[in-house]
Amino acid sequence: MTLSQSVLQGDRLALARLLTQVENDSAEGRAALAELFPHTGKTHLIGVTGAPGTGKSSLVNQLALHFRREGKRVAILAVDPSSPFTGGAVLGDRVRMRDLAGDAGVFIRSMATRGSLGGLAQATAAMTQVFDAAGFDVTLIETVGAGQSEVDIARLASTTLVVEAPGLGDDIQAIKAGILEIADVLVINKADRPGVENTEKALKSMLELAHPTRHVFLHHGRVETNGAFARSAKSPTLHPMSETLESGKMWLPPIQRTVAVEGQGIAELAAHIAEHAEHLRASGDWAARERARLGSEMEALLREALMARFRAEVPNGKFESTLKNVYERSLSPWEAVKLLLNGRQK
Amino acid sequence: MTEKKIRVLVAKPGLDGHDRGAKVVARALRDAGMEVIYTGLRQTPEMIAEAALQEDVDVVGLSILSGAHMALAPRVLELLKANGQERVKVFLGGIVPDEDVPALKQMGVTGIYGPGASTEDIIREVRESVKG
Repeated sequence: MTLSQSVLQGDRLALARLLTQVENDSAEGRAALAELFPHTGKTHLIGVTGAPGTGKSSLVNQLALHFRREGKRVAILAVDPSSPFTGGAVLGDRVRMRDLAGDAGVFIRSMATRGSLGGLAQATAAMTQVFDAAGFDVTLIETVGAGQSEVDIARLASTTLVVEAPGLGDDIQAIKAGILEIADVLVINKADRPGVENTEKALKSMLELAHPTRHVFLHHGRVETNGAFARSAKSPTLHPMSETLESGKMWLPPIQRTVAVEGQGIAELAAHIAEHAEHLRASGDWAARERARLGSEMEALLREALMARFRAEVPNGKFESTLKNVYERSLSPWEAVKLLLNGRQK
Repeated sequence: MTEKKIRVLVAKPGLDGHDRGAKVVARALRDAGMEVIYTGLRQTPEMIAEAALQEDVDVVGLSILSGAHMALAPRVLELLKANGQERVKVFLGGIVPDEDVPALKQMGVTGIYGPGASTEDIIREVRESVKG
């Protein structure tokens, strides 16, 4: 029996081993992914991001417990940074997830970024596909707590939670582009701490400043203008909080206070997540996000493959000698690229 | 293609609350380029074996200062085997009397490191145990 067949039959050791193969981008891993692909597209991918120390791991732990009570099978992919100097990593998210030990309906996997930026590792998307095919109803992805530009998760997840904690920033942080923009649900964790009102006020005013935008990431910066977005875009001057905004067409990120270590606000948070999934399905955005995700995944793979093919076809030393001309300022990088590409065609 | 990383689970079974040694070892293995999954205090052998399976590690490092190593180490080895992970290497750190060492090695523990052990030795022997 192949690894992917064992995974489909619920073999946990096979699942663990396949995740390693996929993480290492081995030939076996790629073949198994191809076999599993028709079985994907069912799991609810939930991204959890936010600055270090906001309590992402504890929140993931509590959400997983909640989903288990609903009878859902839960996979967790926890990403932590690799050292840029040694390539090593200490992956410590399991420390906060000990409540989940001994439950066969939960599978926790830690992974290191292995040099990739943006809060996820290169193989994260592919590993979620393995969980998807293995039949997990929910896949929680905990990103590196890198900060403001960690937006890869929104491209991957169907629902993105951005976790804040009191006392971390002022309202200017809140209107900067990036991390807050990607939130489908805003979570103020550690809400028993002083300053929670100010944090909530800052987030609220950020939401009121913003016009509702449809959170579908598309490659090449194109904006898809079909379906729900086209209809509601006809009335762009409406106040985002207005009741007259066609209900169900635009999603306004709710703000939920939680105290993860005590389990407070978790049921409410899970309800917001469920509402968001419902909204995505009703508006057609679920499929749109899926298409955008697959599109950017394919594009990334194509770029990688083209680059590999190019490097294989360019004669040894040609790349280096052209690069040397660029170093010496005798050739611009753009001219160098043209030269290398034309040289290949000859 | 990414090179194959050595993945190590560092775990602390039993009830004593001193994890400084475990953290020093975790940090040293990280600096040697390995991916170390750290599970924290008070893990049961069952929790350790389960984490080792989910994380598909090559090596498990146990930190035991309570004196219960003759009960905990064989239990972890047994559970790893029961899960089909007999190829996973297990090493031990903590307070282990010399007379227990032969029995532990007999069970399959690849290395035993007491206070003052050098992290370089641990790194080298972990690498060797994975190769072998």
